[in-house]
Amino acid sequence: MLHYTCKRIALALLVAITVSFLSFMLVRVSGDPAYALAGENATAKEIAFVREKYGLDRPIMVQYLDWALKALHGDLGQSPYFRENVSAIIGHRLKVTMTLGASALLFALTLSIPLGVLAAIRPNTWIDRVALGISVLGQAMPSFWFGLILILFFGVTLRWFPVSGSSSWRHFVLPTIALGYYATPAFMRLTRSGMMDVLSSDYIRTARAKGLLSGSVLFKHALRNAIIPVVSVVAVQLGFMLGGSVVIESVFAVNGFGLLAYESIARADLPMVQAIVLILSLIYVLLTLFADVLNALLDPRIRVA
Amino acid sequence: MDSKKNSSSPFPAISFPTPGQMMWRRTIHHWGFLLGAGILAVILVVALLAPYLAPCDPYHQDLAHRLINPIWHADGTWKHPLGTDGLGRDYLSRLLYGARISLLIGFAAMSISAVIGASMGVAAGYFGGRVDVVVSFLITTRLALPVILVALAVVALVGGSLPMVITVLGLLIWDRFAVVMRSTTQQLRSADYINAAKATGCSTMRIIFGELLPNILNNLIVVATLEMARAILLEAALSFLGMGVQPPLPSWGLMISEGKEFMFFTPWLIVIPGTVLFMLVLAINLLGDGIRDITAPEGRS
Amino acid sequence: MSHLLEVKDLQVDLAIPAGILNAVRNVSFSLSRGETLALVGESGCGKSLTAMAIMNLLPGQARRQAAVLSFEGDDLRHFSQKQMADIRGRQMAMIFQESMMLLNPCYTIGNQLEEALLRHQKVPRRQARDRAVYLLEKVGITAAGSRLKQYPHQLSGGLRQRVMISMALMCGPALIIADEPTTALDVTIQAQILSLLADLQQEFNMGMIMITHDLGVVSRIAEQVVVMYCGQIIESAPTRELFSRPLHPYTQGLLACIPIPGRSKRGQHLGSIPGTVPTPIGRLQGCIFRNRCPLAMEACAEQTVILQEIDDRRSYRCLLSPDRAGYNWLEYDEHE
Repeated sequence: MLHYTCKRIALALLVAITVSFLSFMLVRVSGDPAYALAGENATAKEIAFVREKYGLDRPIMVQYLDWALKALHGDLGQSPYFRENVSAIIGHRLKVTMTLGASALLFALTLSIPLGVLAAIRPNTWIDRVALGISVLGQAMPSFWFGLILILFFGVTLRWFPVSGSSSWRHFVLPTIALGYYATPAFMRLTRSGMMDVLSSDYIRTARAKGLLSGSVLFKHALRNAIIPVVSVVAVQLGFMLGGSVVIESVFAVNGFGLLAYESIARADLPMVQAIVLILSLIYVLLTLFADVLNALLDPRIRVA
Repeated sequence: MDSKKNSSSPFPAISFPTPGQMMWRRTIHHWGFLLGAGILAVILVVALLAPYLAPCDPYHQDLAHRLINPIWHADGTWKHPLGTDGLGRDYLSRLLYGARISLLIGFAAMSISAVIGASMGVAAGYFGGRVDVVVSFLITTRLALPVILVALAVVALVGGSLPMVITVLGLLIWDRFAVVMRSTTQQLRSADYINAAKATGCSTMRIIFGELLPNILNNLIVVATLEMARAILLEAALSFLGMGVQPPLPSWGLMISEGKEFMFFTPWLIVIPGTVLFMLVLAINLLGDGIRDITAPEGRS
Repeated sequence: MSHLLEVKDLQVDLAIPAGILNAVRNVSFSLSRGETLALVGESGCGKSLTAMAIMNLLPGQARRQAAVLSFEGDDLRHFSQKQMADIRGRQMAMIFQESMMLLNPCYTIGNQLEEALLRHQKVPRRQARDRAVYLLEKVGITAAGSRLKQYPHQLSGGLRQRVMISMALMCGPALIIADEPTTALDVTIQAQILSLLADLQQEFNMGMIMITHDLGVVSRIAEQVVVMYCGQIIESAPTRELFSRPLHPYTQGLLACIPIPGRSKRGQHLGSIPGTVPTPIGRLQGCIFRNRCPLAMEACAEQTVILQEIDDRRSYRCLLSPDRAGYNWLEYDEHE
């Protein structure tokens, strides 16, 4: 277990370093970032000034190491738009998005796991078809459009929930549904197919031959095994959802990380964009690391080597 | 001494269908596949024939006739069956031309990512060892980067144009190709017919293209449909956020974005393009699921 | 004498896309405590489904019918799922073919053993653990106490099968059904497991049904043999008599397929049965074995062949009289 965890952490570190380099390089794909930072109508002199001010005249690896070392100490650079350190701004925004992501995840799991299990134990019945329908429709629904439809229906027609902002829990209901629905198909399909596989396995037959009642066959013997692959996908999907918050937060004007990302891209706030890509990637790396360790705890075949 | 009667089976003969017949039977009974293929065929025809089907020029602005209601409203007119947008452009015409953009971007981005992802996945699965370690690392790293955010940033910095959106998406969404092709190839690598080909001295390329590829093609097609759907959705999201296809091109995502301004008074401006976008993605997904069910019947019925 | 288990005219039908498959038909046998009965046949002949039908563990697309299905005087035909679950593991237990996935990979051996007892008896966990240790030692597992904390993937196939046997014995069942218990094991382990099963069956005075395709297993362990072919009983006989004087051409063919010390001569071909097993869909016409039988006559295709009883332990399903049914399968090969 210790060996496995160490190996897994080493891999995570390597990925983290690579993504930090990629997010650093990302803002340089267009060429010289000094042009973007100085603004559209900057003179050559202004550009040269910006280049020197941000240290853009140094070799690229030196710039990267400088940025990465500072980032390790929590200094992600100055935002030219806010005229403040990036780290000071993102903290609160990240909290908003984490709340949204967590509630969306909770919504997706409470919808998909019971439905997936029911569909697996009653295949080819109406409940299975409902589950299939939800997952097929969910996969095809553009998330931003689904968000707009939710606004039209629940916000404008029914007037149940506010349609934009993030000042109370009621503001989070519609974004939670829009974001959570996006991950539901993956969870449901995986729960269903995992459960079907497990239910036809030899150890379930053994459990039934022991005279166990269907409840304990289902919950003690089947669900535990079926849920293991779902755990890793939960981490992956939560990562995707945080990325997807860019779209959903723009639709609902939720003042979170995603909206900040969108606005920063629109106003070419490069240090901010860099920092946001880096942080979202690192969160993903941490989530998958956490999921793998959790998986090992759930599955003795990994834990007890 | 055996009479003819006795050597025949003691049970009435039942004819088992041939594999081809069974596949045909599964196809015509698979409503998802049929529905998906049907919708996709219609959209494809519409996209190809857009210049002949469209009642108006999709770029022609007519500010005097802006926001005309569609035909199902009392004041709708047959001149503009789906009404006009905020700049007075015929909505039906823009919708028809928009199908071209979605299909083009979806197919092109999917093709780029298929080439990248499939070659990485097959190489990793077939050669294993260090190749596999490197490819797995690349997949992990790629998955760590938030697609929509990176795509937004790149397109915003480099400037949105059709080829740009296609390239960026194509370079970003190869992960599922790589993952699926890697595991499929790993499963087949030690199959008897691959070993037999090796034993008879076939070259590596010959084995990969002659023996391996035909057997992983079904999976490749299924992933291709999923990724095409994903590319279409991503393009729509990018365009919706104003950083994908640029106006005045009629992208469905862009139409929703432009209609958002008026959606509280004329909701059909977002409902119409959203619905066709949804239908297109649904059709492609149904087609992909259908191909998987038909070619691999041990999966979901 | 009242039997532990009595089965009469058991029938199992499977719904498959091509129609209704009559997987088991007219199967009858009975078993007393302390007795071992072997169900023998090629794979797919319905022997496992017969066991599953008794345990009421048939897959969803299967339907069960029987004229009699009584166990310890209870009519199992009308038992509810709950009543069957109360009997399973307590009064009748089952041992399956060894596989990696025979035991739940997520729980320890101890947990899964104790569960078998705790499900049926209100005893403290401590007592269940003692019982598990006792039985693990009984099946020849050393350091049983520490094995309880291990997971299935940490054990070898032979050890897992021994755990499976102890699990079946946790509640002291009256009937034990062993479905190919030695098939996936190494040959040396096979012999150990078989003699272990035979010893335990004697010691606990259980009735045992041994399902196997291996006639070698049958000769070592069973008193009575039931030979099945394509869902039907072809022949039923005490073991010694079956080996010395098989009555049905199919049984004779099966015996000719295995080398027997003293009978088989060096360099001689073993026998083989030509043709393939038919798929039992639709109405059976005549004898089920006639398309592969070297002795088949006109009548075999026309009349329904019933099980002929010679005495209450011996029966066979063939139109020929016992003295004429013999066929030398070892010569069959040379005729070809």
